[in-house]
Amino acid sequence: MPDTSAPQLTFVDAVRDGIDVAMQLDPHMVCYGLGADDPKRIFGSMSGLAEKYGNTRVFDAPTSEAAMTGIAIGAALRGVRSVTVHQRLDFFLLAMDQLINNAAKWHFMFGGQRSVPIVIRLILGRGWGQGPTHSQSLHSWFAHVPGLKVVMPTNAADAKGLLMSAIFDPNPVVFMEHRWLHQAVSNVPVGDYRVPLGRAHVLRQGGDITLTAMSFLVPEALRAATMLEGLGIKCDVIDLCTVRPLDWETVSKSILKTGRLLALDSGWLTCSVASEIVALACERHFRSLRCAPRRAGMPDHPEPTSFELTKGLHPSAESIANDVCDMLELPQRFEIAAGSGPHDVPGAWFKGPF
Amino acid sequence: MTAGRPNDPSLKLLYDMLRIRMVEEAIAREYPKGEMRCPVHLSIGQEGAAVGIASALETTDLAVSTHRAHAHYLAKGGDLKRFLAELFGKDAGCSRGRGGSMHLIDLSVGFEGSTAIVGSTLPVGVGLAMGSKIRGEKTVTCIFLGDGAIEEGVFYESANFAVVRNLPVLFACENNSYSVYSPINVRQPKGRKIHELVRAIGLKTSSHDGNDVGGVTAVTRAAVAEIRAGGGPMLLEFATYRWLEHCGPYPDDNLGYRPEAEVAAWKARDPIVVASAQLADHPGFSADVMARWRSEIEAEVDAAFAFARAAAWPAQTTRADFVYA
Repeated sequence: MPDTSAPQLTFVDAVRDGIDVAMQLDPHMVCYGLGADDPKRIFGSMSGLAEKYGNTRVFDAPTSEAAMTGIAIGAALRGVRSVTVHQRLDFFLLAMDQLINNAAKWHFMFGGQRSVPIVIRLILGRGWGQGPTHSQSLHSWFAHVPGLKVVMPTNAADAKGLLMSAIFDPNPVVFMEHRWLHQAVSNVPVGDYRVPLGRAHVLRQGGDITLTAMSFLVPEALRAATMLEGLGIKCDVIDLCTVRPLDWETVSKSILKTGRLLALDSGWLTCSVASEIVALACERHFRSLRCAPRRAGMPDHPEPTSFELTKGLHPSAESIANDVCDMLELPQRFEIAAGSGPHDVPGAWFKGPF
Repeated sequence: MTAGRPNDPSLKLLYDMLRIRMVEEAIAREYPKGEMRCPVHLSIGQEGAAVGIASALETTDLAVSTHRAHAHYLAKGGDLKRFLAELFGKDAGCSRGRGGSMHLIDLSVGFEGSTAIVGSTLPVGVGLAMGSKIRGEKTVTCIFLGDGAIEEGVFYESANFAVVRNLPVLFACENNSYSVYSPINVRQPKGRKIHELVRAIGLKTSSHDGNDVGGVTAVTRAAVAEIRAGGGPMLLEFATYRWLEHCGPYPDDNLGYRPEAEVAAWKARDPIVVASAQLADHPGFSADVMARWRSEIEAEVDAAFAFARAAAWPAQTTRADFVYA
């Protein structure tokens, strides 16, 4: 339960706080990335850290995603933990050899002698013309690889708690922050606050259908559940939090209760985390399902840049509610309310450009 | 290593090269039996660079290496029995049978790991150096690389960062002129000198004969001292030559990808022959000494193979171990 006595922070300030507390706890930990101590400080998530910890531990980095990832691995082998950051996930694709061949394998391929405690912060874009190469949600790629952990927080408290757990986890963790969630506010406990990795959170209880979601789709799913409640439909809404390792136990329990599953995914559906959840549901709970499980996510093409072409591109509370009605064979349909603002920004706080 | 390993520095260099040569020859000889079921990239011909470089490092200094890492591992002091057990896929292997020939490690002597992907350990080595520096250690990290790795983008990124942060890194580049079957003149522009190119990134660099183990030792020792004193990263380029096929136990010059005269010239400059000639007047060296070393090393290698053969397989129940720490 949220601690309402804790101070209210934005997601981005909670990330900053988590790094700050971790750096106090571990005097060797470093934090770096392109822009880590530039005037904008990675959307404010690194504010004040370079001043507080000095240039040896917090520093701006060359535009060298592959090397800077390998360097984090090497430092980790020497007992120096790190949080590295990329302002968009898409740039980090230059570092796949280091992530997949080295970080994910080092513990395994050397017989368990060394581990690689690194955290890689990847910020996901959407809307305002982010387009084909500033908007990809490739968590399913990373979740495919044994040896990686993949975390996708959706609120400020979890952002801090999961980040701190990730930092002190002995394994490489890909930590994915959606840009649209950066200004989400919640009560965030002070000090050393950790939320365990690998555990999903049931945010809403209901007996009719299970909605699984990650990242920006969690608030959409919650809004859909509120809309559906008006029709008398009650939803279990599960925030996966960590997509590898997946908390199948929590999802499984919910499916056995509801008999219906709509798996939401912030990326493409082909070979997605949503596909994995539906596959597990079919393999293990086929006889308990009351209707065919369903997935919803990005259509199977890159995100276009044009304002017009991105309308209705991503699942929304309305589209999610409509999918649920369809699964329940109900005639009702929801439409996005007139005057709800442009579709390509998360709120008035976002003025672009990225 | 055997008790017969000499204390005299120059004799020791020759002994260490001979030992690596004999291990590699034994692997080549035994490989067709099908017990070592993994790719092997043998170091025969390149022992001068490996031994010369490693002899200039302290045991506490760190090293990372490449797919062709046998000589580096052994020269740094890596355990022979556990090395061969790794090639045999045994639980007693240095990576417990998970890595094979291309993934060697011996933490007790600072050999932090070799990996299979060209260029992959370059930033890892730079990161080890950054980690050492942050922890206030006085260690130098040696990154073994080949001429092919110079063509990988991550080399520039890694070297650049090492300069930006003035890290205690030695890039030890063995230039054997071939990436698999592809000669350097189709991969890099005519007239390119690796050491000159890298100097432009901001590292101190120089180029040397990799088949003169004494020379390699001298230049590496000076470089390591300077790096340790805070002088910043350096790259040393050593010209050398691999005798056998890129991967596997056999000669492959029947394929005609290397000029016969080139192969012959390099074999005439066998680092073991070169060092033996230099030691002709050394009071501790003679044909008899060489013969004694050979028989001692042969016994050591035989025992290590026997150990590897007799060692237990890893249990199948442990196959999924070590995915997460």
